[in-house]
Amino acid sequence: MSDQYILAIETSCDETACAVVKNGTEIVANVVASQIESHKRFGGVVPEIASRHHVEQMTIVLAETLKKAQLTIDEMDAIAVTEGPGLVGALLVGVNAAKALAFAKQKPLLGVHHIAGHIYANRLTKEFEFPLLALVVSGGHTELILMKEHGVFEIIGETRDDAAGEAYDKVARTLALPYPGGPLIDQLASEGDDTLHFPRAWLEEGSYDFSFSGLKSAVINKLHNAEQRGEEIKREDVAASFQASVVEVLSTKTHKAAKQYGVKQVIVAGGVAANKGLRAELNRIFAQENMELLIPPLHLCTDNAAMIAAAGSIAYHLGHRADWDLNANPSLSLERYSLRNKRDSCN
Amino acid sequence: MNILAIDTSNQTMGVAVLKAGRLAGEYITDVKKNHSVRLMPAINQLMSDVELHPKDLDKIVVAKGPGSYTGVRIGLSTAKTMAWTLGIPVVGISSLEVVALHGILFNQQICSFFDARRGLVYTGLYQGDSINELKPIWDEENVLFEEWLIRLKEEGKPTVFLSQDIELHKAIIEKSMGDLAIIPDDVYHVPRPSLLAFAGMEKQHDSVHALIPNYLRLAEAEANWLKQQEKENNG
Ligand SMILES: [Zn+2]
Repeated sequence: MSDQYILAIETSCDETACAVVKNGTEIVANVVASQIESHKRFGGVVPEIASRHHVEQMTIVLAETLKKAQLTIDEMDAIAVTEGPGLVGALLVGVNAAKALAFAKQKPLLGVHHIAGHIYANRLTKEFEFPLLALVVSGGHTELILMKEHGVFEIIGETRDDAAGEAYDKVARTLALPYPGGPLIDQLASEGDDTLHFPRAWLEEGSYDFSFSGLKSAVINKLHNAEQRGEEIKREDVAASFQASVVEVLSTKTHKAAKQYGVKQVIVAGGVAANKGLRAELNRIFAQENMELLIPPLHLCTDNAAMIAAAGSIAYHLGHRADWDLNANPSLSLERYSLRNKRDSCN
Repeated sequence: MNILAIDTSNQTMGVAVLKAGRLAGEYITDVKKNHSVRLMPAINQLMSDVELHPKDLDKIVVAKGPGSYTGVRIGLSTAKTMAWTLGIPVVGISSLEVVALHGILFNQQICSFFDARRGLVYTGLYQGDSINELKPIWDEENVLFEEWLIRLKEEGKPTVFLSQDIELHKAIIEKSMGDLAIIPDDVYHVPRPSLLAFAGMEKQHDSVHALIPNYLRLAEAEANWLKQQEKENNG
């Protein structure tokens, strides 16, 4: 069987990314143009600015990717692109660029779900064994996803309000840390102690859902009250106490779900997978279980296009093909995305 | 020369194909629908109708704005990526110029504009002449139309007004310009992708990577940020 090459584009938020992946598992080239420096002055990602950067960067990133891969578009089997979820204006740049590429070279076009991408980032380091459980944690997502086969995703738990990464950013802002604040909280937390004992949102018995808005409010209230009374609370302790609550809930629920569904692998994906506190706790828990814990290297945790190519490779195998009317879908559902793959593979 | 022209910068979506330098096909709609969904199917249909394969294209011409930020980006992402992929030149032409091209045969001063809400417009002033050339007279601006029309009135020249948003501003144009305002029938206000294609045929092409939208306006967050910086520097 000949090798399969997928070229992918990802522009769902503030990274303009392009990659070529061989056989769904091997990175040939992976280029990410980050806009973080540009958004810093605004204290967060500004959608209009992100879209403007994407349209300026797109062909430059494409050219660099193919140069690094030492391949041409003609050698690609298909073009994959993140169709959602994400910022609609940002997604549109990638989707239209992908359509232009695919049309110009008459190649198959694949629409990929961003979270499917985050999960498949792991397949670039280790082959999947089913059933597997994925904990997806990022600025926009906190989800527990069960997979029994390739390309089919079942959400067993998700956040009812803020995503974990969003809570990190808000707490960071309250502590007057510069954007992006998540990594800085992780850093501060390692220098402090859980002295404030913030609440843990367990929700109903047996639920795998999450909630972080109560915790976020508790942190903000605590700081506010201390300020009014003229008390000094160590920032390190605030960060450590906040992180302790987030990490305990995330890892306990992941552990319970992994046992209930008898999974072989547990995958951690998304930007927050880079969090050292979370990594350490999950490593500790799963060291005692007969399950494999997979956390991808840092550059594959954050948004990139190699993960979209990896997920696109499966979509390609399953026979999914997007039409020329492919659109950006800012609220694309993961479960409906899997159903589509299933349906298409039956045709 | 085979040229594909794309305009998604405003509500009118247009695609045209020139084959061996002659207009082979043109597709225009003026409906409130998503350009992202409809652009590539339109290109695909038109190219197949005129029996042209993407690899046969020699140049891509795109309307680069001003207009809807999203619409402009859909056109530019498509045009730039397709040109880069095929290794052919790309030319960006102002969307205001595309509308103004419709008035070229009037042999008059031409003002094309797009409504930009709250009394603002994107506008430019051109001179048409009989040898089919359009010369910019004033720089394009994002400006209060009322103020701009006062300046124009001072010139005292008859001016053709062309815009899809003509009805919104007809009263103020007629009030300011009186008899100097020439407002033609509906069809002349529609930007034609075929005119865009012809205008791009002779024009010096842009560097694919460097071609960027002609927004004529900073992103709101950036404008606010600059204002804030100015305040801090003065205060
Ligand atoms: Zn992401």
